[in-house]
Amino acid sequence: MFDSLLNYLIGALGFSATLVYGATGEILSEKAGHLNLGIPGVMCMGGAGGCIMLTLVGQSELPHFLIVLLGILGAFTMAALMGLIYSFLTVTLRANQNVTGLTLTTLGMGLSKVLFTDVRFIDQNVYIDLPKHYFRFPFDAIEGLKYPNLLTLGVMFFLALIVAGASSFILYKTRVGLNLRAVGENPATADAAGINVVRCKYAATCIGCGIAGLGGLYYIIDFSASIEAYKGIDTFGWLSVALVIFALWKPHMTLPCAFIFGVLYTCSSQIPKIVKDTMPGVVLPLSLTPILRMLPYLFTILMLILSSVRNKRENQPPASLGLSYFREDR
Amino acid sequence: MSAPSSHREPWIHLSRKQALSPVWSILIRVLGLVLGLAACSALAFLLIEPLRDDPSRIGEFYKCFWDGSFSMESYIWEFIMNSAVLLCIALALTPVFRMRYWNTGAEGQVLMGVLAAIAVNFYLGGRYDASIKLPWDQVTLLMLAASLIAGTVWALIPALFKVKWNTNETLFTLMMNYVAMHAVDYCRAVWVPNGSMVLSKLTDRERLRSGILYKLHGIFPSLGKYNDHLLIALIVLFVTALMFVYLKYTKHGYEINVVGESHNTARYAGINVKKAILRTVALSGLICGLAGWLLGAGIDRTVSPESAKGWGFTAILVAWLAKFNPVMMIVTSALITFLSAGKDQITQVFNVKGALPDVFIGVVLLFVIGSEFFVNYSVHFKKPGKGAHLHV
Repeated sequence: MFDSLLNYLIGALGFSATLVYGATGEILSEKAGHLNLGIPGVMCMGGAGGCIMLTLVGQSELPHFLIVLLGILGAFTMAALMGLIYSFLTVTLRANQNVTGLTLTTLGMGLSKVLFTDVRFIDQNVYIDLPKHYFRFPFDAIEGLKYPNLLTLGVMFFLALIVAGASSFILYKTRVGLNLRAVGENPATADAAGINVVRCKYAATCIGCGIAGLGGLYYIIDFSASIEAYKGIDTFGWLSVALVIFALWKPHMTLPCAFIFGVLYTCSSQIPKIVKDTMPGVVLPLSLTPILRMLPYLFTILMLILSSVRNKRENQPPASLGLSYFREDR
Repeated sequence: MSAPSSHREPWIHLSRKQALSPVWSILIRVLGLVLGLAACSALAFLLIEPLRDDPSRIGEFYKCFWDGSFSMESYIWEFIMNSAVLLCIALALTPVFRMRYWNTGAEGQVLMGVLAAIAVNFYLGGRYDASIKLPWDQVTLLMLAASLIAGTVWALIPALFKVKWNTNETLFTLMMNYVAMHAVDYCRAVWVPNGSMVLSKLTDRERLRSGILYKLHGIFPSLGKYNDHLLIALIVLFVTALMFVYLKYTKHGYEINVVGESHNTARYAGINVKKAILRTVALSGLICGLAGWLLGAGIDRTVSPESAKGWGFTAILVAWLAKFNPVMMIVTSALITFLSAGKDQITQVFNVKGALPDVFIGVVLLFVIGSEFFVNYSVHFKKPGKGAHLHV
């Protein structure tokens, strides 16, 4: 009982890294004043970019760490390119952010599915077989693990912790972060203070998208390591967007928050398994699964309500979130 | 602009356009559409193998879009019906978006409408208990009532928290979509005890046209199997006209615009902002419920978590592209349906997977969204070395 429960929690921890990437990326973008609803599509494309790279190098003679690094780079680049499309439309062309984001999600989801089903770009036999083991360092090397879910805590899981910590450090302890937050709060004031608003917005959105894209690759290669995994990533994108509010726009806060999400999200598959293993004879009704699946969303709603009821001044979204900046507007 | 002699003077200068003539603004958008379709062909060469081998088939590729909507009588009717339902959902979003209440939950509200309609049919139509079986025309009307109520309630929940505590409605409504999807799964698990989760479709006698049309027998032109399509199109056209009048000529419509501009202005003008928000959101949910009824009783005749087909999100684009003008939405919903309808054609003719058309739709829409910039702003280029220009 205890063992399977612990295994479940470790699995939830592994799952949470997907959301940490997505939410950290979204926070960077929102801190620059851009509500990016394209994150689900960006995460799909990040996964595709990484897998394209792994298809190219996965069976080569390169050292393992280089293959992992190239995969991560591929995911980051592809996702950042999606971010470039988004920032060109919303920063330079000042398009509506909600509409652009939703369209980017349509595009990203569609394009990633096309790429994944076409062997010319992503070969299912290559991208998962060997790279999986390289990504699942260090636990993959250990024989006879007591908790099989430890496998999911690979290289990219630890990278997620670093990325979230580093983002918080940059945002709150450096001049670059201060400038970025100023742009998100009031771009006109930041502009008057000599900050290059356009460059700042582009950088934050593209890097943010790149980080979110890593979440897609992590989920496909490291966490689930299955060729079907690419189909469900968009849901995690939406959860990441919601997680930003729950984490109060602080990257390091995404770590505990994502873990709670992970526990709730994986409970629909894990609880029936635990019950089956430990309590023979107990049959759970079929209708329980949809109720368990509702939990993370109901929990998000509860958190949204609670954070709005408390309504503390330091826990508010960036003031110019969702508005385009045109210097000559008054 | 300051420091006229500075060498860092930008060589591009933007300014906001004053009102552009309607001809130009339409022309710019059409140009965006054409460029988007051109970009699609570049992608098509890259992603579609038969096209790469034989580039001369590109004409065939574009013909697919046309054929998907207009090559057969049944396709034309499908096209009309699908545009109508999409239009209906976009109409529901229009008043709340004008009020700057970002309702991303149309998907869930429509889905709850479908679920309510099917639930009424299940419990009162003789499926659950053969002894409880109302006449089918009454069932149809009860289904309508249930759909309207379900859509309204689902939309009002986030709105109540919005007016009470200013809870972020974009994400609240988004999460409500997922709750609705799992609520559908819960109902299916309860209704279908064998675990297959597949609910059999409504019979021909239970569907929309039978429930409504038999009372109009003789008055209504009968189109045989296309009765549903025509009926849905007419209902939505009626709603469009009502919405146009409501937004343009009523006090409520005016209040919506004022609240959208500024809550404070609205309060000074003596408008009860909270009441206006709740009323408008309820109206939005009501129309979403109607769309759910059309889908549930008329088109799908069953319910699944995918019943709303992602149209709740697509409708946001439809409404925004039409600048929240109900009449323009007829054009934009037709355009989006037209682009989606090429799907099956391209899939068949070029033997590609189903997700590719989504890519084309995404690309075309990004171009159309981008073209809005040239409607709203004008770009002035400066020749280097000629010194600063003064724009007043």
